[in-house]
Amino acid sequence: MHKESELRPPLILGDKTWHDITEDVCRPVESKANKWWWLAFSVSLAAFLWWVIAVSYTIGTGLGVWGLNKTVGWAWDITNFVWWVGIGHAGTLISAILLLFRQKWRLSINRSAEAMTIFAVICAASFIVSHMGRPWVAYWPLPLPNQFGSLWVNFNSPLVWDVFAISTYFTVSLVFWYSGLIPDFAVIRDRANTKWRKRIYTILSFGWVGTAKNWQRFEEVSLVLAGLSTPLVLSVHSVVSMDFATSVVPGWHTTIFPPYFVAGAIFSGFAMVQTLLIIVRKVLNLEDYITIYHIDMMNRVILITGSIVGIAYITEFFIAWYSGVEYEQYAFINRATGPYWWAYWSMMTCNVITPQLFWSKTLRESVFATFIISIFVNIGMWFERFVIIVTSLHRDYLPSSWTMYSPTWVEAGIFIGSLGLFFTCFLIFARVFPVIAMSELKTIIKSSSEGAKKKQQH
Amino acid sequence: MEKRYWKGVEELNNDPEFARLRDNEFYEHLPVDEVLQKKADSTDSTSRRDFLKFVGFSVAAASLAACEAPVKKAIPYVVKPEEITLGVPNYYASTFADGNDYCSVVVKTREGRPIKIEGNEMSSVTKGVSNARVQASVLSLYDSARLKQPLAKGKSAEWAQVDGQIIAALKEQAAAGKQIAVVSSSLVSPTAKKALAAFLAAHAGSRHVVYDAVSYSGLIKGNNSSFGLSVIPTYQFDKAEVIVSFGADFLANWLSPIEFSRQYAETRRLRNGKRALSRHHQFESMLSLSGANADKRHKIKPSQQSAVVASLYNKIAAATGGKAIDAAATPFDKTLETVASELIAAKGKSLVVSGSNDSNEQVLVNAINQLLGNYGNTISLERPCLLKSSDDAAVAQLMNDATAGTVGAIVFWNSNPAYTMGDAAFKSSLGKVPVKISLSDREDETASQCDYVCPDHHYLESWGDAEPYKGSYSLMQPTIRPLFNTRQAPESLLRWAGFSTDYYSYLTDNWKSSFFGQQSGISSSEAFWNQSLRDGVFQASFFMGGSSTFIGDVSAAAAALTKPASGPEIVLYEKTGLANGNQGNNPWLHELPDPITKVCWDNYFAVLPSYAEKMGWRQGNVIQVSVGNATVKGPVLLQPAMADETIAAAVGYGRTKAGKAGNQVGFNAYPFVSLKGGSLVYHASGVKITKTVEDDYKLASTQTHHTMMGREIVKETTLAAWLKDPKAGNHPELIASHDGPKTPAELDLWATEKEPGFERPNHSWGLGIDLNACIGCGACVVACNAENNVPVVGKDEIGRAREMHWIRIDRYYTSDTTKENAEAKGLGKLDMYGEMEVPAADNPQVMFQPVMCQHCNHAPCETVCPVAATTHSSDGLNMMAYNRCVGTRYCANNCPYKVRRYNWFKYSDNEQFPYNMQDNLGKMVLNPDVTVRSRGVMEKCSMCVQRIQYGRLEAKKAGRRPADGEIKTACQQGCPTNAIVFGDFNDTKSEINALFNDGRSYHLLASINTKPSVFYQTKVWNREGEAGHSHA
Repeated sequence: MHKESELRPPLILGDKTWHDITEDVCRPVESKANKWWWLAFSVSLAAFLWWVIAVSYTIGTGLGVWGLNKTVGWAWDITNFVWWVGIGHAGTLISAILLLFRQKWRLSINRSAEAMTIFAVICAASFIVSHMGRPWVAYWPLPLPNQFGSLWVNFNSPLVWDVFAISTYFTVSLVFWYSGLIPDFAVIRDRANTKWRKRIYTILSFGWVGTAKNWQRFEEVSLVLAGLSTPLVLSVHSVVSMDFATSVVPGWHTTIFPPYFVAGAIFSGFAMVQTLLIIVRKVLNLEDYITIYHIDMMNRVILITGSIVGIAYITEFFIAWYSGVEYEQYAFINRATGPYWWAYWSMMTCNVITPQLFWSKTLRESVFATFIISIFVNIGMWFERFVIIVTSLHRDYLPSSWTMYSPTWVEAGIFIGSLGLFFTCFLIFARVFPVIAMSELKTIIKSSSEGAKKKQQH
Repeated sequence: MEKRYWKGVEELNNDPEFARLRDNEFYEHLPVDEVLQKKADSTDSTSRRDFLKFVGFSVAAASLAACEAPVKKAIPYVVKPEEITLGVPNYYASTFADGNDYCSVVVKTREGRPIKIEGNEMSSVTKGVSNARVQASVLSLYDSARLKQPLAKGKSAEWAQVDGQIIAALKEQAAAGKQIAVVSSSLVSPTAKKALAAFLAAHAGSRHVVYDAVSYSGLIKGNNSSFGLSVIPTYQFDKAEVIVSFGADFLANWLSPIEFSRQYAETRRLRNGKRALSRHHQFESMLSLSGANADKRHKIKPSQQSAVVASLYNKIAAATGGKAIDAAATPFDKTLETVASELIAAKGKSLVVSGSNDSNEQVLVNAINQLLGNYGNTISLERPCLLKSSDDAAVAQLMNDATAGTVGAIVFWNSNPAYTMGDAAFKSSLGKVPVKISLSDREDETASQCDYVCPDHHYLESWGDAEPYKGSYSLMQPTIRPLFNTRQAPESLLRWAGFSTDYYSYLTDNWKSSFFGQQSGISSSEAFWNQSLRDGVFQASFFMGGSSTFIGDVSAAAAALTKPASGPEIVLYEKTGLANGNQGNNPWLHELPDPITKVCWDNYFAVLPSYAEKMGWRQGNVIQVSVGNATVKGPVLLQPAMADETIAAAVGYGRTKAGKAGNQVGFNAYPFVSLKGGSLVYHASGVKITKTVEDDYKLASTQTHHTMMGREIVKETTLAAWLKDPKAGNHPELIASHDGPKTPAELDLWATEKEPGFERPNHSWGLGIDLNACIGCGACVVACNAENNVPVVGKDEIGRAREMHWIRIDRYYTSDTTKENAEAKGLGKLDMYGEMEVPAADNPQVMFQPVMCQHCNHAPCETVCPVAATTHSSDGLNMMAYNRCVGTRYCANNCPYKVRRYNWFKYSDNEQFPYNMQDNLGKMVLNPDVTVRSRGVMEKCSMCVQRIQYGRLEAKKAGRRPADGEIKTACQQGCPTNAIVFGDFNDTKSEINALFNDGRSYHLLASINTKPSVFYQTKVWNREGEAGHSHA
């Protein structure tokens, strides 16, 4: 049993009992959805349909329906890919690293954050497939035994590393998330009063009975998976950054990319967690579980990682100057003052300036300010990837091939559609899965004896 | 006793043989041992495994058969033609002569289809080189806009029917005493001229009028006034040390550009110990290809040209004792002093040419050349040029006669005046001619107004000959059966003149009777014909008799010159691709970027940026330009190096009845052509320009950024600096390190002393590009298109920067601000880069650089491909396996040279791209040795790997190594200046090794250490008093 100092403020407010927690978490699963949920779901689904149309059109007609050209071979596609992968990182950080560091405050938010990871990686993977010229052979970058003779993948290519990184990441995250869900599914199963709910949750809960042995194994699996996930927090985005860092494109060929990308990923991931949870705690009445303390904690992470990212931006400029390389210098001058200056300065404003507001405790603890700033960070981090990809490519070595890039409705559709896909998944998750790891959460409420003492005092 | 039954009479008799076999279990011999021994290759038994295989195969075959597979019929020859072997190309010598260009060619055919045109090295005129239009001409053969049969009154008809009606109509007109006129462009075929003469002789009152839309009649008239000879002389640019051109774009279009480009490049090449360059001055109003290559380019307004020529004449006359003329001072007199002194210093080794069609200006130019003693050296009247023979005055007379109603019948042969003369006036004249016949291959602007259209063959289906210079002959032979029910134009004329011979017999007879006697080496006329046909050319020993003393009246000529005008002027020019517009439906030519502007699929009004600013025009604004009665609307293009207050427009665009690809592309600028003093004039003053309120017009360009931004991309130097140091201008690209600047090789992580790089056990192929020889014309681009099945993508896709060309020619302008002078100008880094983006508006220098895949030996593209679709060969080629490509485009992103091209769409069989790869006819041009790429894969220059492989196999069959120069890439072969050299670095004696070891050779972007197999050679200018390098 978790013991905490009397002096520490409680992680869960409202004098919850174990039963209260079960009731609060199971309520959305067991009751009917309200009209706000349906409205959000309809909008998300409509956006997702746009995704379906835009992706089908792309695959049916050719990538020419996007705005890419001979010089800018990647733009929104890979911007979105990196953005989504980055967002996913917060979930893993919360559930794995914070578990290892025994940060109990994570328990209110890890379930949603992990769900966010899974859905974000799905969105990211969709961009990998749809940006391919021949998506019907999308399995070729996998090192599968094949009938093509001695043909193998190119292990030198960062895109192959990417395939490994993303698929490992997805698998581990999914298993971690699901294993955590098992006891909670069992709770819903045990409370189920309809036939189908009982059947479904029986299957989903894998025969969990809550014995000590069950719990022991559960703890062990959690620890092992946390151990596996922890390096992934650092490695996945490092590998993603190598898509750029190992190239020869000025502006991409940068050794600081791995740590810079990891910091950026956590930064954007926490911002997305804030965006989602501020809505979720309100809509699902979970203010007692996802408290101002959580918001404050996450804002501190945003402040730190935002500052790291800011330093990285400045370091890039310093190194460009220090390297004495003509192309490198021009790439960065062009970033800040060239035709895409607005993208660069949007990035700087959103990613470097806005998170600095979190030095103020008032703003850190303001739900409204947090929400606004988290949106800014989401936008800023999207622009960061756009700036890295498009402004580096559009003016590289030979000025004769310099071009401009502008997106088409199809690319816009796929991006907005991927948001639709994400929120559709998340909204379904919020309705059918316990959004808070209730079984684990119960370990951190101040135990009932505290309550008994309080009652005695009265 | 038990009953016994016998198996046979042998058992009853107890035959000894039977007794022996009875002991065996099986009566008959079983081949057990044989089966067991043969196990592996058993063919006479079926094991269980085999059975399963058969079952498996049958099931698979049955299920495959159940799927509906597209049926493609490849029918083998039942009786194989003797000379055609599937997969082996045949080459036939022939001649391209379309009244505009002349080129002796070799046609490559595969399975009976002409697929590629190459220069004929046996020709003494074109010497194996060609240009973009010649290269593209093979596609015009497979043009679906060609007529499939003759037309009578707009309806399909049979030849007999058309012939009958035409013969009757001509007779009727002749009987009525009306004229019968044949209007043709310049004819270079002696036999066709003979056939035409026969036609004229058969019809009383008939005459032949030569009409060229872009006319040289002033040049011919000028020579007549100067020497009493109505000829064009032979120009020998290769013998000239100082070249001065007044508006003559001899590298792109003027007179015989293929020949002149090759000659010019010889004077610019610093190879094999040659240490001198010609010096080239160009006086012009718009930036032409020749002007871009000139050492000194002088901007003049079109109306100033004659005065400048006159002023130069006076300066030269003063120094050489010639007769002075009345010439007003020009603002260029100081420059002209220098030019004159340079010309005089190179007396007998200089050449002055003018592109003007004004005979008076040509008289002065002739007088200058005469004073400089150039006749007999760089110019010769002894072997006149027969390429152009138009007579503008005769054309005007014919039109007047037609208006007056005295013309009874008119035959248009390779002539499209309804398009080139401006529709309205011509139409009213033509309306008064009762019988109108066109020999056009398509229902073009003129043919559609004719009563009869008798379509001519394409030249690749034709018999014919040409005589570009007096005594130089070449033959044209068919390389494919006529695709449609067409007939050769001279044969039609012969038919109407009452001859029943076919043109082939007529041609052979003429060669045997007229040309056989001009040689003495071959004794049989049959052998003479066969050898001429095989070689494609025949050179007669010929000298023109008579004197060529200068008899011109320079004072009279000077008095009649055009006077400089004030106010806006317009100058017309031909583009390198489309020229006069006769191949107007050829998508390869439309998609060939203009060498200067890099715009495809359009013409435009080019204006100086500062003038446009003054007038309030921006790029793409639609302006209306009026000269006299002619009013044309078109977009503005900002073009540095234009003369002030001058707009330039290309003719050859705005076709309305060329065909699907060429219709409504650009605007027709021919209406601005006017007739003055019996000659057509291609510039005008007193131009009225108004800006319209129309939406901006989008011009599609393959290059939107025009300066080198201070990077050493095209390395350049001056002759003086190069003479001192062969590495002048060729700075090593060093990388800053802790221990000072280092070469990329020193910092290489992978190369060690033991293993300096990849092994090249057999060959190490490479390309060398001499930037001094390259004139930027783009012939290589079209040659590559033809060789490598490069798709045409159209204007819209070009506008999205998605051209598919495997080779491009980068064109850079210098800017006023350079890294060197930025500090002096007080500019910070940001301002410096900002200003370096702007080309020097007034008169920037122009640099060209062909860029194809550099076949890097440390290729950035190869390492990043996830599926190893692009890999390196052991002979130095960067290869592309289209079938393996999944289309991530990472390779293209990582290519520093941006030479990779992505198939954004399916470019074949797609209605969105209605060009040659859409219909079966157009597909006949495809090279069967090169895959047609599918959607979603990357492609790029393969260094013509199919040609390399072919050359290697030929050598292998002969048991030898490929000889140096035996294998040629398409771009190399198409290049009119031999600027591209292909070869094997492993062959120490190869030309490419010699070039590579020259001080001028460098790798593009060497600092990235990509180690390309392609290298460039520094551009050396013959400009005095300039520093060794000025890169901006």
